[in-house]
Amino acid sequence: MAEKRIVLSAKDVEVKFRVRQNYLTAIRNVSLDLYEGETFAIVGESGSGKSVFTKTFTGMLESNGRITNGSIMFYGRSATDPTTGEQVENPGIDLVKLVKDKDWEGIRGAKIATVFQDPMTSLNPIRTIGSQIVEVIEKHQKISKQEAKEQAINMMSRVGIPNAADRFDEYPFQYSGGMRQRIVIAIALSCHPEILICDEPTTALDVTIQAQIIKLIKDLQKELGFTTIYITHDLGVVAKVADRVGVMYGGQIVEYGTAEDIFYDPKHPYTWALLSSLPQLGVKGEDLYYITGTPPSLFNKIVGDSFAPRNPKALQIDFVKEPPFFQVSETHFAKTWLLDPRAPELEKPEVIHDLHGKIEQMTGKGGAFYVDDE
Amino acid sequence: MSTTNNEREVILSVRHVDVAFDVGGKKKFKAVSDANFDIYRGETFALVGESGSGKTTLGRAVIRINPCTAGEILFNGERISGKISKQQDRNVIRNIQMIFQDPAASLNERATIEYCISEGLYNFHLYKDNEDRIAKVDKALEDVGLLPEHKSRYPHEFSGGQRQRVGIARAMIMEPQFIIADEPISALDVSIRAQVLNLMNKLKKEKNLTYLFIAHDLSVVRFIADRIAVIHLGKIVEIAESEDLFKYPVHPYTISLLSAVPMPDPIIEKNRDSIVYNKEEDDPNAAPREMREIRPGHFVYANDEDMVAFEKRLEKLESYHAE
Repeated sequence: MAEKRIVLSAKDVEVKFRVRQNYLTAIRNVSLDLYEGETFAIVGESGSGKSVFTKTFTGMLESNGRITNGSIMFYGRSATDPTTGEQVENPGIDLVKLVKDKDWEGIRGAKIATVFQDPMTSLNPIRTIGSQIVEVIEKHQKISKQEAKEQAINMMSRVGIPNAADRFDEYPFQYSGGMRQRIVIAIALSCHPEILICDEPTTALDVTIQAQIIKLIKDLQKELGFTTIYITHDLGVVAKVADRVGVMYGGQIVEYGTAEDIFYDPKHPYTWALLSSLPQLGVKGEDLYYITGTPPSLFNKIVGDSFAPRNPKALQIDFVKEPPFFQVSETHFAKTWLLDPRAPELEKPEVIHDLHGKIEQMTGKGGAFYVDDE
Repeated sequence: MSTTNNEREVILSVRHVDVAFDVGGKKKFKAVSDANFDIYRGETFALVGESGSGKTTLGRAVIRINPCTAGEILFNGERISGKISKQQDRNVIRNIQMIFQDPAASLNERATIEYCISEGLYNFHLYKDNEDRIAKVDKALEDVGLLPEHKSRYPHEFSGGQRQRVGIARAMIMEPQFIIADEPISALDVSIRAQVLNLMNKLKKEKNLTYLFIAHDLSVVRFIADRIAVIHLGKIVEIAESEDLFKYPVHPYTISLLSAVPMPDPIIEKNRDSIVYNKEEDDPNAAPREMREIRPGHFVYANDEDMVAFEKRLEKLESYHAE
């Protein structure tokens, strides 16, 4: 693989919300580089800040929230120089500097689009499906009504709506949950964005429909070449979609690496805990591992490692000083004192040793549940 | 540790139950058809299917919310479906309790936790005096890992996991024999799911409860259930002991469901595709199907023709596992 291009680079982003005379720090100095064409998954419990963080990329923070520090550089696709015909790096835009809605035009929706969890709330129930797709196309491209309609129908069939032309004039309630989510995806992709943020896109859907939607996003990504950010709390979904994974806790990314790094060689105690509590790894008759306590309150200043109070094996320094990121491998970083050379040797919990072996034992080789090929 | 069926006591017997809804005019929509199974005392029986499969409808038929249009349901040997006496009706409500999916929606947000939990006691006068009632509430809270001082709080002051505990306490205080848990962990965070599953297992052991666990996620059910029934479009297509179902799935729908659940393993997930099950491919002229035993305690919905294919698949699976 050639040198990876960065499409978006967040540096030391801090987000604060004003809540009843108080300030809540939802995101605490998070940095992230997003490479072109990859799928980056962000996992974490509710309240860890995974949605808030990605909302800063599209300027969709609630009105009481503000980015108080850091920069988010959006580079987008490289341009071709009209005179020399060479590929020229895009100088990039700092998304933090965009304030007014007008500034966001041309970025939000056009370059960076979002698919939300609940398709029923992202669609307007009293307007036809077709008109809602056409609206977006007309907004971002200067084309005639007829052309917009053609594009919309084309997009609908691309996301797997059968008889798209006939269903163009139907209303959201006439669509099933999975079909509605397909429409939301069609709308998001209708202006050919460079980054697609999927915020729990399948949490409200059935497993079988979830599998279809995940496959659809994957296929479209291959075809259209956009970069995907996938927000989810389901580690199974992460394993399925992600090239790289970031684990979020208490408003910070505490560990990131390739999917293989995170699942087979996790380093942060929070990642250990998260993986250990998977019901799939449970042994019948024994208790499942679970994380005690509650996530930290973001109103207070967090001292040390934010996970320390819930970590039974926390080191003393975890309560005093915040750990920096330690590099584990070229792709793998973790924010835990355990990686400091002075730290005691601590093995990951027994349950998640040989994760691949354990899962394979359950599902058969290749995870096929031994289905015949016929 | 498998015991043969005849040694065990049946607590709930669902016999050829249909549940149909009127959908305007004379049309009826059969949400559940010919459900037929027994649940033994002390086991966790899981009912798994997608939304619209009829799993919740069947659960609600057991607790008499949806009337059965055919067949009958027996609880401890007594019929509890159709017309029954008022005394029996109260008996059912008392002994069969439900835990719901969304703990926020199932608690009265304007009532204190004390009231939410006591509600059943009030309805059935299951307390001597006020002191006794409070003692019972405290005990129920303690059982689910909450503190007695929590009882003056309101539901919104709790986290999702705690609220689900309140939902469980509310069911437990009635000292039921049988609990229907309808997707009790689907709305919860990963880390809290484990806590609630552990709690349900602990209470089951302590109080010798029987669970009907309704879920859509097969991988979760594997951990908690003793036996699993897979339901598709109102028909139960396969019933087996939980390990058996994972090892020897024979019905194509079960296999498709297994393949759809993403496993937390990137190597496996990136190399497999989910298998789509298309019911429309079924030949409408096929011979009628019924539940047939393919292995001891393992039933599948099939006709003669299907059985040939299923047995072939089973043979392959058995030889695979024998290796």
